[in-house]
Amino acid sequence: MQCDDVARVLPAVVDGDATVDLFMQRHIESCLRCQAELARYRKMLRGLQLLRTRYLEPAPGLFAATLAAIEIAGEREAVRSALNGRRIAYASAIGGAALAASATAAAVIVHRTRRRGVPIAG
Amino acid sequence: MTTNELPRELSELDRLVFAAKGGDRPAFDELVRRTYVDTYTLALRLTAHEEDARDVVQEAYLRAWKGLDRFRGEAQFSTWIYRITANAAYTSIKRKKRNRSESLDTVDDVIELHPDAQPEEAAETQELLAKLSGALEQLPPKLRVLVVLKDVYGLSHDEIGEELGISVAAAKVRLHRGRKKLRELLYDEDRGMANAV
Repeated sequence: MQCDDVARVLPAVVDGDATVDLFMQRHIESCLRCQAELARYRKMLRGLQLLRTRYLEPAPGLFAATLAAIEIAGEREAVRSALNGRRIAYASAIGGAALAASATAAAVIVHRTRRRGVPIAG
Repeated sequence: MTTNELPRELSELDRLVFAAKGGDRPAFDELVRRTYVDTYTLALRLTAHEEDARDVVQEAYLRAWKGLDRFRGEAQFSTWIYRITANAAYTSIKRKKRNRSESLDTVDDVIELHPDAQPEEAAETQELLAKLSGALEQLPPKLRVLVVLKDVYGLSHDEIGEELGISVAAAKVRLHRGRKKLRELLYDEDRGMANAV
């Protein structure tokens, strides 16, 4: 039972991420089975760390394809920005024209009202 | 010492990053050239699929190019690109849940950069690493990502949690399960073979 308990916590304690209590520590020190299990985990972790320096060679063309992907994305972005810019320009023009028309209409109404004069009551 | 002095000597990579941040596209291309094999290795270890790994590499550098302004140089460029790659790979893994039969033939493709061990020791190490690569490939993707990022590339639980969008507690639980499963794949198989003999 004690060995099973140790086996359950070893994946977390092998790199010092978690600790075991004194009772469990004493068990490990005196149990060959648990020591062997700990050694397996340590070996596995060392191996994993070594994998960091083993590089896997990509098939030819990845470098060029990556640069091309960035280039294409950049062009799309530029087109999108240009279109957005144009949209803003159109919207501004339409807005401006509408504003000018409203101002003109208001001026005409005011002018006509003044020319007619305000009827005097009584 | 004046305040204008740099805290450390700039490496060639730092200079390239600095130039790329200023919009120097050839500098960024050079950064890609110097780091893409490393990035591809991580992507392939995470996805265990060559085509996906290539897509992840392209996506990672695209994100890096667009997000260079956000890279403040506190960490190394390599760590930054690892994190972006991890995020892109995790997205790819979640998106593609289809089963694949192709295997990752890591033994043939490995480039040995530090062949400084003794022949016998080197052969033993080579065997262990080949087994580890094969076992990693068999891990469920969500556990594999944790083991690769933490135990191979040394990212912290915080960094992993942030990039994968999971809590630190969830990252720890998955790492625990991943290591346990990896151990089973590595050694229980041996025990089975030994019993068979």
